[in-house]
Amino acid sequence: MGDANGNITDTQLNELIDHVKRIHGFDFSDYSKASLKRRFSRVMMLKKLDFYELKHVLVNEPQFFQWLLEEVTVNVTEMFRDPSFYKALNTQVIPYLSSFQHIRVWSAGCSSGEEVYSLAILLKEAGLNQKSFIYGTDINTEVLNEARKGIYSLRKIKSYTENYQLSDQPGSLTDHFTIMYDAASIHNELKQNTLFSVHNLISDNVFNEFQLISCRNVFIYFEADLQEKILSLFYNSLCPFGFLCLGSKETIRFPGFKSKFKVINSRANIYQKIGDQ
Amino acid sequence: MGGSAGAFKLLFRVIQDFSPELNKTVIIVIHRKRNFFSGLVKLFADNSKMTLSEISDKDPIKKNYIYIAPANYHTLIEKGGYFGLDVSDPVWYSKPSIDVTFESAADVYGERCTAILLSGANEDGAGGLLKLRNSGALTIVQHPYDAEMPEMPKAAISNNAAEYILRTEEIIELLKSK
Repeated sequence: MGDANGNITDTQLNELIDHVKRIHGFDFSDYSKASLKRRFSRVMMLKKLDFYELKHVLVNEPQFFQWLLEEVTVNVTEMFRDPSFYKALNTQVIPYLSSFQHIRVWSAGCSSGEEVYSLAILLKEAGLNQKSFIYGTDINTEVLNEARKGIYSLRKIKSYTENYQLSDQPGSLTDHFTIMYDAASIHNELKQNTLFSVHNLISDNVFNEFQLISCRNVFIYFEADLQEKILSLFYNSLCPFGFLCLGSKETIRFPGFKSKFKVINSRANIYQKIGDQ
Repeated sequence: MGGSAGAFKLLFRVIQDFSPELNKTVIIVIHRKRNFFSGLVKLFADNSKMTLSEISDKDPIKKNYIYIAPANYHTLIEKGGYFGLDVSDPVWYSKPSIDVTFESAADVYGERCTAILLSGANEDGAGGLLKLRNSGALTIVQHPYDAEMPEMPKAAISNNAAEYILRTEEIIELLKSK
């Protein structure tokens, strides 16, 4: 039965997943069901489609799927999200990182770039930006375009100020931006050593070796089996003793990984790769 | 249970009194500021006879547990018997939003749950409580006279989401017996 309120049943959700997989080759099967359902419902309400209309438009309008994918995979992010994480990074990880010859950082699921630029600021304040390079990847091309620009609304920047101050960073957040009318543009110096590109954590492989990988609040969208698979990808993408950072409410629970990662800070969810590859 | 400004006292009493003998699961969504580590969870945990913890992603949902929704995430319930977290936009300016968790509970638990909406200064929770009522759940709001901030219970009453409107003491009694 079609529903104008965006309500879909579990059966309908599974049908949509199969439908999208068959027609567009994108596999949502291992995404967490409850949040996926919520996101599909939101799309239906935005476009005022019921279940049957949605199926129809997915087949008949190729552009629609691109838009749907962007809407369903977009992640809301903040600069210096979880200030206590950035504090822990500064005190427990940066000193170790400074001993590496080069620091390659991967922000996996970087969305509109706030995390990448937060890490860039952190590294700059620690005097390490000359030997650092940050890769920001995401599955969503639209959001990567935003990330590359490094321009955020003043309203957003204002809302991040508290995060910044609580992270014990010197000065103020706006020190790192050029303010124009109603937007703020990140300083070029901080953009220089960043690169944004498309990468699908589910289907793509290891593409480099990193000293630090940050994947925060991306795992929440994946089922446990998929999380484990991606953890393997991260393990294989880290240099020996490299660091992995997850979101504040994501934990490594898989018994296989207890021996591969040492807990550096359980509250901030920072881990270090130990043991041989 | 969902609440915002003014709900703390009642929630604290509930947590102190809730008996493990009832063999239930309690899920609490209280509006929280994102960077404010209030020590709320520890205070609650130290004063409860049940095991109490803040929800992490994919935490299994167990009986005789009290779960608190974490700040700066929405909490969802997965049919597989565990929690899922979500980082989308705030709902009614709130993250965690009571509506989001209540709607998820309506979808997964339906008539197998009891939902209580407490004091709060906005309408978060009213829509979710209605979905719960329509799914067969027992729905209760705190009487606006007792709620420090009556907007939240009033919103649920005006959209007919509440099967019962109870005074504070009646809520406490109910939770001892159910």
